[in-house]
Amino acid sequence: MALVLTEEQQILQKTAQDFIAANAPLTQLRKLRDSNDDLGFSRELWKEMAQLGWVGLAEEEAYGGSGLGAAELGILFEECGRTLAATPLLSTAVLGAGCIRRGGSSELKSEILPAAASGDKLLALALDEGPRFSPYSIATTATATDNGFKVSGRKAFVLDGHTADHLVVVARSSGASGDRDGLTLLLVDRAAPGLKIQRTTMIDTRNAAIVELAEVAVPASRVLGEVGHGANILDLVLETATACLCAEMLGAMSYSFDTTVSYLKTREQFGVKIGSFQGLKHRAAHMFAELELARSISLEVLRAIDENGNDVPTLVSVAKARCSDAANLLSREMLQMHGGIGMTDEADIGFFLKRAQVTEQTLGNGDYHRDRFASLQGY
Amino acid sequence: MEPLEEFRQEVRTWIDENCPPGMRLPQDGVEGPAWGSPEFDQAADVWRVRMSEKGWTCPTWPVAFGGGGLDADHTKILQQEMGRIGTSNPVMSFGTHMLGPVLLEYASDEQKKRFLPDITAGNVVWAQGYSEPGSGSDLASLQTRAIRDGDEFVINGQKIWTTNADQADWMFCLVRTDPEAPKHEGISFILFDLKSDGVTIAPIELISGRSEFCEVFFDSVRARADNLVGNPGDGWTIAKRLLQHERSMISGTGGGGGRSRQRPQREEPAHPIRSLADLALPYIGEENGKLADPFIRARATQAEMDNICLGLTARRTSEESRKAKGPGNASSMFKWYATELNKRREELKMDFRGSQALGWDGDGFTQPELQSTRQWLRSKGNSIEGGTSEVQMNVIAKRVLGLPD
Repeated sequence: MALVLTEEQQILQKTAQDFIAANAPLTQLRKLRDSNDDLGFSRELWKEMAQLGWVGLAEEEAYGGSGLGAAELGILFEECGRTLAATPLLSTAVLGAGCIRRGGSSELKSEILPAAASGDKLLALALDEGPRFSPYSIATTATATDNGFKVSGRKAFVLDGHTADHLVVVARSSGASGDRDGLTLLLVDRAAPGLKIQRTTMIDTRNAAIVELAEVAVPASRVLGEVGHGANILDLVLETATACLCAEMLGAMSYSFDTTVSYLKTREQFGVKIGSFQGLKHRAAHMFAELELARSISLEVLRAIDENGNDVPTLVSVAKARCSDAANLLSREMLQMHGGIGMTDEADIGFFLKRAQVTEQTLGNGDYHRDRFASLQGY
Repeated sequence: MEPLEEFRQEVRTWIDENCPPGMRLPQDGVEGPAWGSPEFDQAADVWRVRMSEKGWTCPTWPVAFGGGGLDADHTKILQQEMGRIGTSNPVMSFGTHMLGPVLLEYASDEQKKRFLPDITAGNVVWAQGYSEPGSGSDLASLQTRAIRDGDEFVINGQKIWTTNADQADWMFCLVRTDPEAPKHEGISFILFDLKSDGVTIAPIELISGRSEFCEVFFDSVRARADNLVGNPGDGWTIAKRLLQHERSMISGTGGGGGRSRQRPQREEPAHPIRSLADLALPYIGEENGKLADPFIRARATQAEMDNICLGLTARRTSEESRKAKGPGNASSMFKWYATELNKRREELKMDFRGSQALGWDGDGFTQPELQSTRQWLRSKGNSIEGGTSEVQMNVIAKRVLGLPD
């Protein structure tokens, strides 16, 4: 598939661009932060996005979705990235719905997916247990009972965990931490007895939570996929989610880059525009190249997912490593090149730096994906 | 134009019938003649003649000038079908990739008819007369003079870093025709025969021990006035255009590469087929299925990932500019990034081979080891020739980002 957008995709991009600029500018994130908003996102914005068909963009039509692909999802994420729009799009539409779509019974899918696509229900994936991404390092236990499982353990950095109506919990039904085998995905309702969700305050003003499970009962009907083979679903969902996150990072990077280059053209010191200094020009050229490379791989990985390419895992790791490095470079250079103003909270630069740091660490940082790439390549 | 699938069939049949063994990957395990043998050169000549008669050595050029008259889609099919049997274009040269495209754009019809068919046929090997001892990055300061004398120009001066001038037949050359004009406006683009009286060519030995570049001296060399391309003073415009084509070419091959009239470049493919990890394994060993040195493993990974991203960016850019004619500003990024990446790869190959990378000649080292070391030395020039990395970054800053002078 081509690395340029089709006409339909261009229309989606334009619509998303206009909508996000008008309804989810960066000032909205700042307001959410300054008002200590309980939700951490705008419920109204979320409903509007759902009405536009964006929450269910990649959902099957039978479950209230539009049946489009990762490439289209990526367009939305990129536009959200440009203004750092705070929405539960990744947690609900990609991580949560992705697991349910691939592993839920048809009853379960009918119960949850249309409600998610309409913006009425929020979802989350409770995966991480330690400070570093390691999807098979799961100690949370799923112990078989007469009619299902009892789940106990502690999850951290659960994206949008405190607002989710249902959580997909990755637990271990057999084997040892680190094993790919023995993982089981279970859908837990937020009201389930024994479940405790505690919101954490993060540097990027986005939502994450610590989730504690003390013998939470989950009926067998709410197991996603096969018992002990949850990784088969989890892997696929994580590939798509990582690709979408890369698209979001790309949007944020593009904005950082454009803003920085504009500043180089306007800010004067020593009687000239600072963009005339070769010391800054070369660094700007470097940023340009990194952004171009990040864009190419981000587009390619989304298309590979839509084509079910067998190189998806490799490309996902290339994309996340590249985007993590590029987001790091561009956000740091944005701050440095803006000088003192970049250190002030009044400027928006800090928001981009903070979000860049969070997205770098989410779903595996650059080092994680470099190691994974090498292993996938057989060395 | 012919429907694509019919064209594919036609191309496939023609290539199967016409591409000699030795110019393609071994068929049924039967090797063709060894590279460099007289039989090999003979096969290469056959392939060159047959391909150029079809116009397929320059598939996109007009048929009237020896090209194939194909559009981008048909050209892609031709390339795919050549790739399928592991053969390549037998005529890839400064003529096909640099001079030809600017002649198509700027030359008179009479000049196109006179020069282009010999390029597509690979009959004439061209040298590029650009750099001078005092004009490297600041190319427009060049001093070689051409003074009009009746129907001729008389040329005096010196060029340097002229790739394979000692094997070339003709030169496209930047000369100063108006010393009074501002430096960018007094330059002209002229073509002449290197066998003309007054031309002296001296190869330059490089740190790699090879001599692919020459110094070329002009002592009252006479060139036909109607060999001047465009108008007098247009030279800089044409030169810059040609440099864009050159940068695309260098970034595609990771290094110079002027003459391949007789040989398809099968020994040095554009993108190394063997992964860095494969090459490193015999020297590094492995532990638990991973390269035993984690730092080498990390550097190899980074270089492979960069290569993937660069390849995808080239693909995306070509898709984006398919309608635009000629390479755009992004070609500066490719030249810079590809050559810096190539240098990094060569450094890594040196590092993992340790003392086995330090041999210059003779016993104690394998041929690939000796070659790789020479390649490392040669790669240092990649980021200098055709516009240094620093100049490329200036170009990006100015043309692409619009930063002020």
